[in-house]
Amino acid sequence: MKTNKRILILGATSAIAMESAKVWASRGDSLCLIARSEEKMSALAQDLKTRGANNVVSIQSDLSNIEAHTQLLRSISAQFGDFDTVLVAYGTLGSQKKCEESFEETFKEINTNFLSVISILTPIANLFEKTGAGTIAVITSVAGDRGRKSNYIYGTAKGGVSKFLQGLRNRFGKTGVHVVDIKPGFTDTPMTADFPKGPLFVSPKIVGEGIVKAIDNKRNTAYIPWFWEVIMLIIKHIPEFIFKKLSL
Amino acid sequence: MLESWGRYPKSKPKKIHNFWWLTDNLPANSSPLLAHGQGRSYGDACLNNQGTLISTRLLNRFINFNRETGILRCEAGTTLADILKFSVPLGWFIPVTPGTKFVSVGGAIANDVHGKNHHIAGTFGRHILQFELLRSNGERLLCSPSTNVELFKATIGGLGLTGLITWADISLKPISGPYIEEESIKFYSLKEFFEISRSTKAHHEYTVAWLDCVASGPDLGRGIFMRGRHSDLPSKGNDTYKESKLSIPINFPYWALNNYTVKAFNFLYFNKQQSKSINHVKHYEPFFYPLDAVLGWNKIYGKYGFLQFQCVVPFENGSGEKAIEAILKEIVKDGSASFLAVLKEFGDVSSPGILSFPRPGITLCLDFAFRGDRTIKLFKRLHSIVFENGGAIYPAKDACMTAEEFKLSFPNLDDFLKYTDPAFASDFWRRIGSGVI
Repeated sequence: MKTNKRILILGATSAIAMESAKVWASRGDSLCLIARSEEKMSALAQDLKTRGANNVVSIQSDLSNIEAHTQLLRSISAQFGDFDTVLVAYGTLGSQKKCEESFEETFKEINTNFLSVISILTPIANLFEKTGAGTIAVITSVAGDRGRKSNYIYGTAKGGVSKFLQGLRNRFGKTGVHVVDIKPGFTDTPMTADFPKGPLFVSPKIVGEGIVKAIDNKRNTAYIPWFWEVIMLIIKHIPEFIFKKLSL
Repeated sequence: MLESWGRYPKSKPKKIHNFWWLTDNLPANSSPLLAHGQGRSYGDACLNNQGTLISTRLLNRFINFNRETGILRCEAGTTLADILKFSVPLGWFIPVTPGTKFVSVGGAIANDVHGKNHHIAGTFGRHILQFELLRSNGERLLCSPSTNVELFKATIGGLGLTGLITWADISLKPISGPYIEEESIKFYSLKEFFEISRSTKAHHEYTVAWLDCVASGPDLGRGIFMRGRHSDLPSKGNDTYKESKLSIPINFPYWALNNYTVKAFNFLYFNKQQSKSINHVKHYEPFFYPLDAVLGWNKIYGKYGFLQFQCVVPFENGSGEKAIEAILKEIVKDGSASFLAVLKEFGDVSSPGILSFPRPGITLCLDFAFRGDRTIKLFKRLHSIVFENGGAIYPAKDACMTAEEFKLSFPNLDDFLKYTDPAFASDFWRRIGSGVI
């Protein structure tokens, strides 16, 4: 399947994004990779070229640095040109405990996972609005569906992004701009390296390929794997007076 | 995730270290170390109780592919499934493939795996041009038939004991399309199997036989011989095989596979083919990987897991035929039933690997639900038949051979021992190694 897409991947060396990128590369799409490590991007770029990507451009950047976003978008425009799809795949899963102890930690988490995402997507959304076409895909989390004591700072940031995407989707509802909120469940990535792995954990490959499908099928919200939609439906509907006493 | 495919024995590493980039280093002060790819070896060769497993699951990028020569350089955690998905549409196939595509390249090298074309193509290691080996002292060594030759030979089939393979060059082979011309022929005795096998070798690239190992008396040794070759039919453009989504999510109760169900399965499988021989053209997936269609099929054996038995016995003076018959009779006598039994003739194409398992002779592969002491005792009796006849046992599938049996299986073991990495070990090696060093 040849699609000739031009895709910008923010946080391209995340385990999940790499798997999406491999699928796009095998279709012959053009890819612009943004990540912190040149070394990792170069290993990924080699893989993508081998698979048949039409063009791969790598630009080093720390996306949590909001002040650098304007310059980054200029570099993308100069080195890669226009793009029709953006996948936001970067993020951190900081320590909930540290966040509770210090607002500085909380601010760092909220800045990386929420504010910086809004910052980079604002001009990109405006670009897409002009042409009336494009896809904005963002990896949020099932953690954003309901605040829980084990990770509510991460959940706050991810939930905030989900709300932002809802608004964007409504704003573009009558245009050709597609906004998809990707909500992976437990994924076996470096982010969750220290977690004990239960049967609900899936590989980044399953999530990465699921993202490509969700974009192809113009989904609004995609829980990956699908059963998380059922799990979260139940979790969202537990009455608060019971929920507050649960250890989740 | 941290079980071997046979799910016996149970083992728990102290730590799992994610080695996901080529430039990563091995963890310091964490020995014993052991690479762990997809965990598809059956026994304890991929386990490291109380040690550190070096996970290569995301060390799975392609580095380069030469579309003229078919040489692929990829990271060692890449699975054969990843390679096939990429290479088949370009007209290239894996030169040697085991019965599952869900193994990593590193694991395929470390166990020097074989497939249905062993009589023509030899083992997987024979098609490896070079690889990088990361040793615990931090050295990254390029190993090939001309550089670090001894480490090259020790690492192929070396059970992960020589260090960590980080990337490898594999020589793929050209094909016209994804199809296989297959012929399946029923046979009613071992004698008939050997006749068909001998007359087939030269002109069929792939051969294997399924054996009804529950059949006894006059039916002993009956089965279905399958032979195939790559079809000249080109790809039809849209012929990606619809992969099965069937998966076994939970353990079957341990009694689900009992002698009655296994007997019924074997009877139906043998009799579903009515005529003596059938020809089909089929996609390579069901031909090479029938079991991959059921994800997590190992759970049908229940929570206690299962043991695989794979031996090879040389042909000399008819000992191969004799041993296979004796093994089948022993199983019938024991009243055990193997769900799957596979018989194949190995060829004389040699492997560079010092500890490579395949050698000229006949190989038999069986699996048995683990039933404690009774299973171990049966294996002991089967092993003694194998060794009385000058045979060997396959470490990648083993969970109970002795150090003595390992030595008998690999007469060049001493050459290998010089090249192990002192910081690497596995449950298998702790079970065997102390008896051989």
